[in-house]
Amino acid sequence: MKLTVWTYEGPPHVGAMRVATGMTGLHYVLHAPQGDTYADLLFTMIERRNHRPPVTYTTFQARDLGADTANLFKTAAQDAYDRFKPEAIIVGASCTAELIQDDPGGMAETMGLPVPVIPLELPSYQRKENFGADETFFQIVKALARPMERTKQITANLIGPTALGFRHRDDIQEVTALLSDMGISVNVVAPMTSSPSDIARMGAAHFNVLMYPETAETAARWMERELDQPYTRVVPIGVGATRDFIAEVAKITGVVPYMDESRLRLPWYSKSVDSTYLTGKRVFVFGDGTHVLAAARVARDEMGFEVVGMGCYNREMARPVRAMAKDFGLTATITDDYLEVERTIEALQPEMILGTQMERHIGKRLGIPCAVISAPVHVQDFPARYSPQMGIEGANVLFDTWVHPLVMGLEEHLLHMFRDDFEFHDAAGASHHGGHTKPAPQEVADAGGPAPQTPGSISEEKKNTSFGVIWLDDAERELKKIPFFVRGKARRNTETFATERGVAEISVDTLYEAKAHYAR
Amino acid sequence: MTELPRLPASGGCRDTPILKQRGQREVFCGLTGIIWLHRKMQDAFFLVIGSRTCAHLLQSAAGVMIFAEPRFGTAILEETDLAGLADAQDELDKVVDELLARRPDIKQLFLVGSCPSEVIKLDLSKAAERMTQRHAPSVRVLNFSGSGIETTFTQGEDACLASMVPVLPKTDERQLLLVGALPDVVEEQAIGLLEAMGIGPIKVLPAPRASDDLGVGTGTVYALTQPFLGDTHDALTRRGARHLPAPFPFGDEGTTGWLAAIATEFNVDPALFEKVTAAPRARARKAISQAAETLNGKSVFFFPDSQLEIPLARFLTRECGMDAIEVSAPFIHKGIIGPDLDMLAEGPTISEGQDVDLQLDRARAARPDLTVCGLGLANPLEADGLATKWAIELVFTPVHFYEQAGDLAGLFSRPLRRADLLKLEAP
Repeated sequence: MKLTVWTYEGPPHVGAMRVATGMTGLHYVLHAPQGDTYADLLFTMIERRNHRPPVTYTTFQARDLGADTANLFKTAAQDAYDRFKPEAIIVGASCTAELIQDDPGGMAETMGLPVPVIPLELPSYQRKENFGADETFFQIVKALARPMERTKQITANLIGPTALGFRHRDDIQEVTALLSDMGISVNVVAPMTSSPSDIARMGAAHFNVLMYPETAETAARWMERELDQPYTRVVPIGVGATRDFIAEVAKITGVVPYMDESRLRLPWYSKSVDSTYLTGKRVFVFGDGTHVLAAARVARDEMGFEVVGMGCYNREMARPVRAMAKDFGLTATITDDYLEVERTIEALQPEMILGTQMERHIGKRLGIPCAVISAPVHVQDFPARYSPQMGIEGANVLFDTWVHPLVMGLEEHLLHMFRDDFEFHDAAGASHHGGHTKPAPQEVADAGGPAPQTPGSISEEKKNTSFGVIWLDDAERELKKIPFFVRGKARRNTETFATERGVAEISVDTLYEAKAHYAR
Repeated sequence: MTELPRLPASGGCRDTPILKQRGQREVFCGLTGIIWLHRKMQDAFFLVIGSRTCAHLLQSAAGVMIFAEPRFGTAILEETDLAGLADAQDELDKVVDELLARRPDIKQLFLVGSCPSEVIKLDLSKAAERMTQRHAPSVRVLNFSGSGIETTFTQGEDACLASMVPVLPKTDERQLLLVGALPDVVEEQAIGLLEAMGIGPIKVLPAPRASDDLGVGTGTVYALTQPFLGDTHDALTRRGARHLPAPFPFGDEGTTGWLAAIATEFNVDPALFEKVTAAPRARARKAISQAAETLNGKSVFFFPDSQLEIPLARFLTRECGMDAIEVSAPFIHKGIIGPDLDMLAEGPTISEGQDVDLQLDRARAARPDLTVCGLGLANPLEADGLATKWAIELVFTPVHFYEQAGDLAGLFSRPLRRADLLKLEAP
């Protein structure tokens, strides 16, 4: 039993729903109690889908448990077939139905439905959403894809995009363009946009582009083995990775590598003088493994940030994330415990977070800007505009979205110079953040909502610090003159500096000695 | 003298045959109630004993409201817990010890049952008893079910309040008890009106804090503020308290009828009742009439969701001039909803439970001007050209009593006004 406050991933059947909802002509019959239908709203509200997910739930209740939940399942499956006439059906159980052991897969197979029925075994008490999506897509591919003659022209399947994916919609378009520039066309994009009959012709492609290892790596491996299709390992997020991706595709296909850089703006934007202020910004990177690996590289090599911490919530990606962290001289934070991530961020005091919507809330509470780089998704992660993460436009989007939450270069100086101006004081915050006065970060603990203050809350500012050193009044006043967005770091650095030297009281001199010590 | 609402001449819906279909029900489970209950009870913590699905539901229903550390959480059952039940009780003790050590501010802990905990027959009442002894007197531990196999959406609040009734101290004092979790501002308005009529003492269930001296006994009369409190109603009756049946306080008529039922019980002078209610009634009527301009003559179709459907249909048809096509609720408890059914004129189909596909067929055939439904259905129906009002907002927004009557009507008129405002199609 594990106490959980917020979760990064849903249960595995939600992963299966992401696959089914992304596809057409497929129906999911889910043995599940009343209430599990809440998952529909993830798709209709967060992603603003204009149709219901193709899922029929048996919605059994307590009174059915003593009677006949098995028949309830059969009726639901038959009704779903009669009403929706899908090309194929996937069947499975949610966490509760797994416990009553009705064996939906076995039952559906005996029903003699005239379309392929694909049973799913998704262990709800061991695995999570990404596993559910990966396993479901793998089972569908395994059941329907067969070796066949290759297309005459060189083609690729794009695999991994699902419903409710972080920018999957736009990444498909960007990767299609990258390939098209090299004269390679797309055979099938799956699971999102494909039907079961499309899956059946995936074998015609020359290779697979594995866009998201989280949701399609098992299928990619199977197709490599059974359909003799190599797959790409590089995920083209960021300029360097996009170039590597093109080189990899060229190597697989024998096509001459080509990249149209006319629209690529990140390199010049990053070199231009206004970006100098980005140098060495301390960032913490957290999310799903794929996006974290990509973001850490972009942060260091393309933005000039200093990555001070990184990690992922999906254990399946722990190995590569640990390896990259080691390469960066860091220890990776591999956890799905939101409170642990919060503690890590608090201890590191980064100047920026590249994280998920959950870290955005942590950042709000701690007064640290955050750009969102990964699922779990929020309605804001489905912008109306074209906003990919991958390829050339993806790199441009990364530059913009990561710079936006930061206080701009010149503005940083102006805030510092005019800190006592009645309108332009530091607590006013950055002008592009709505211009409203906001309290200093120590007081914005509740910004995420009307959460109550609880005793022992970490956000409470004490004069007696956790290090046991005391701030003298003069030093405290001097600290307040430092712009709010670096004040937390200054406070922490000074305390560390004092503690290391056995200084019990922090004076103005201690503050500036620490500043000199940490100057870079 | 205040004019009380009249019953429809053609007869109400109390004896209308109820359409009952069985199939997929597109509804929340009772765990959803935790989202508002934990805001209302400020020293309570809600610990769901369930699966990752339960945690995911709470998070999705809470939407953007991610608090640093909310007063609810999920003890997620793992493979090892499913192997043997004795272990699960020990594990639960560990989780609760850890939780209470970190949150000394918690005075009431609710162990909330879920589908998985009920299927494996994890005895939470035994656990609650044991923990109450262990953590007395600083923490009281109760249990209730929010599972989807036992409860639908707002029934979670009912189960929670019902679990609190047996442990309330006994009192013989003559008192009025208002039952149902309302936003503070609304609750204060209601109490204000009743106190102005000289009624008191007035107590509220749930009380904001465990230490608030709330008792119950034969001197207690109670009024429900929400129509979904069937089990709480039964539990209070068992403690000797007496229910004051009334229409629910939505809109001018509902509020007046509800207040009148209490005023009659407390022998309030009619002139005083008129004096206290006249001004807010007039304000409510004026505010409703603005929204009613948009709603008048329009048709409405209710999917089952919160059990508020029948009182709301009564309000929309009688005070806003709408025509109800179908009014469905997850459950219809005539002992509670009877006065509203009496006032709702015959005509609409009254249905209980649902087969969502068949009900969608009916809605699409009827093409109502406004469909009141859950979040899973709203955008798909909008895409079909049907204006919708998502029902969950009705539970999260202050909509009770006179001062909110205009806001309530506005929730329904806004989607229609919006559809009129937007000029998005090519000419």
